[in-house]
Amino acid sequence: MSGQTSLHIDGRLVRVKAGTSVAAALRVADSMGVARTSISGQPRAPFCGMGVCQECRVRVDGRRMLACQTVCAEGMQVETTA
Amino acid sequence: MTILALEHCDLLIVGAGPAGMAAAVAAAPSGASIVVIDDNPAPGGQIWRDGPGAALPPAARKWREALERHANIRVCSGTRVIAAPAHGELLLEDAVRGWRMQWKKLILCTGARELLLPFPGWTLPGVTGAGGLQALIKAGLPVEGERIVVAGSGPLLLAAAATARAAGAKVVRIAEQASLAAAAGFAVKLLRWPGKAVQALTLGDTRYRTSSRIVAVQGRGQVESVLLRQGGREVQIDCDRVACGFGLTPNTQLGQMLGCALAPADTGAPPLAVDALQRTSLPGVYAAGECTGFGGSERALAQGTIAGYAAVGNERAARQHEHERARWNAFAAQLHRSFALAPDIRQMPQPDTLVCRCEDVPFSALAGCSGWTDAKLHRRCGMGACQGRVCGDAAQFLFGWTPPSPRPPLSPARIATLAGLAVHGNDVDRQ
Ligand SMILES: Cc1cc2nc3c(=O)[nH]c(=O)nc-3n(C[C@H](O)[C@H](O)[C@H](O)COP(=O)(O)OP(=O)(O)OC[C@H]3O[C@@H](n4cnc5c(N)ncnc54)[C@H](O)[C@@H]3O)c2cc1C
Ligand code: FES
Repeated sequence: MSGQTSLHIDGRLVRVKAGTSVAAALRVADSMGVARTSISGQPRAPFCGMGVCQECRVRVDGRRMLACQTVCAEGMQVETTA
Repeated sequence: MTILALEHCDLLIVGAGPAGMAAAVAAAPSGASIVVIDDNPAPGGQIWRDGPGAALPPAARKWREALERHANIRVCSGTRVIAAPAHGELLLEDAVRGWRMQWKKLILCTGARELLLPFPGWTLPGVTGAGGLQALIKAGLPVEGERIVVAGSGPLLLAAAATARAAGAKVVRIAEQASLAAAAGFAVKLLRWPGKAVQALTLGDTRYRTSSRIVAVQGRGQVESVLLRQGGREVQIDCDRVACGFGLTPNTQLGQMLGCALAPADTGAPPLAVDALQRTSLPGVYAAGECTGFGGSERALAQGTIAGYAAVGNERAARQHEHERARWNAFAAQLHRSFALAPDIRQMPQPDTLVCRCEDVPFSALAGCSGWTDAKLHRRCGMGACQGRVCGDAAQFLFGWTPPSPRPPLSPARIATLAGLAVHGNDVDRQ
């Protein structure tokens, strides 16, 4: 795979290699790739990497998605703490 | 009102890992209309993930190309099963739509997930599953220059470490809970499976330590160090990431929801029960790969091939692969024996360690519960988004509780998809 994809994560422009998952892109945008906060307010980042734990859920273009099973697309708007 | 499309196929395969791919390819020459669905963005399953950080091995390419070559196989990636609204029918959802799929034969190839167990600090950003880290790296997670500790049990730790290292990370320790005798015994036995022995040699690592356990991961806001117990002493290792995995648990939720019987398990979570032709207890429903017990991709391929042939009525061809399956079953049995979890792994959580990561339920709140129902109703354990897939496995290991029986929706779904269920009946056919 070649080329780059640009997307916005919480309004910030992030460039990643084409084919990168949103979970991986979160790490590019933020030091530890925090996706959400837990019900008691702790930061949480992708954990299982395979669609099981649901810790990576974010809003992608307004839809709730699992970041680890979503591939970045050009112009995507990702919001964390969904 | 939402009206969902209704589609039909002869053979529906859930899961496009090695088992699902092999099943589809074996069934294809029959001319049956075959649909393979998988929740990941591309076929390949856990072992053959594609992405900017992955180098797809030739075997994976071969299977993918085989799927593409057959015009009667349709692969729906990024698609998950939500419910089973009627006999012979599944409700599916992708990023765009929900729809109903009617099948005549069904093969469950839903694979396995990692067993993730709680220890102090396991919720800190920077802690991931071991296979999880591997998956994230293949999907483009940058780990160059990061110091990574891999801990838990089984050969997957070595595979994860090798992937991390190839991506430029410094793997500072691989902590295996099994004893040196068990791990070395496994390596010796691998000589019976030459392909695997070569794999093990290439995975060998000087940072590998046996009889080694996680005590705690420490850090403010993210991982800064890990405390390990190695034999009798404790060591603290500075690191940026901790990848942990304690073996695999079969994904039986869909099978259970449909009513397939489980097989008795010596240790851990029970897999789906299958007979010599990979048939489950439910007529017309087959299962192959790690949802029938974990044991590697070769076993999954052999089982998938048998299931694929059997599902289209070619029992003769199916039986020709029984020998191959037996060989890899023996490998799986060896794997289970060598990396059985030590009882003291149960002592990892401290009273304030969260067991349920979705509802933030600490170990102390569960220790007094009488079982799952009690924990669920009174502590909200397993009531969150993961539907007990993480904490249910953990509680089964820690307390011996049988995890909650799966109920629809099998995974969180959009309202529009669920609303479509309300208008049920053949009239929807024409839409
Ligand atoms: C995280 C992880 C990493 C691994 N890495 C390695 C490795 O590097 N080397 C190795 O030898 N073995 C590895 N394994 C073991 C590996 O699982 C097997 O060897 C092999 O992939 C099993 O094949 P399978 O077809 O049975 O299942 P899988 O490969 O697990 O495929 C099952 C597929 O079904 C999908 N699925 C499950 N349920 C549903 C549903 N309800 N709806 C839609 N899709 C669904 C899953 O997402 C997955 O894509 C790994 C296992 C895990 C869990
Ligand atoms: S990281 Fe677990 S579901 Fe995405």
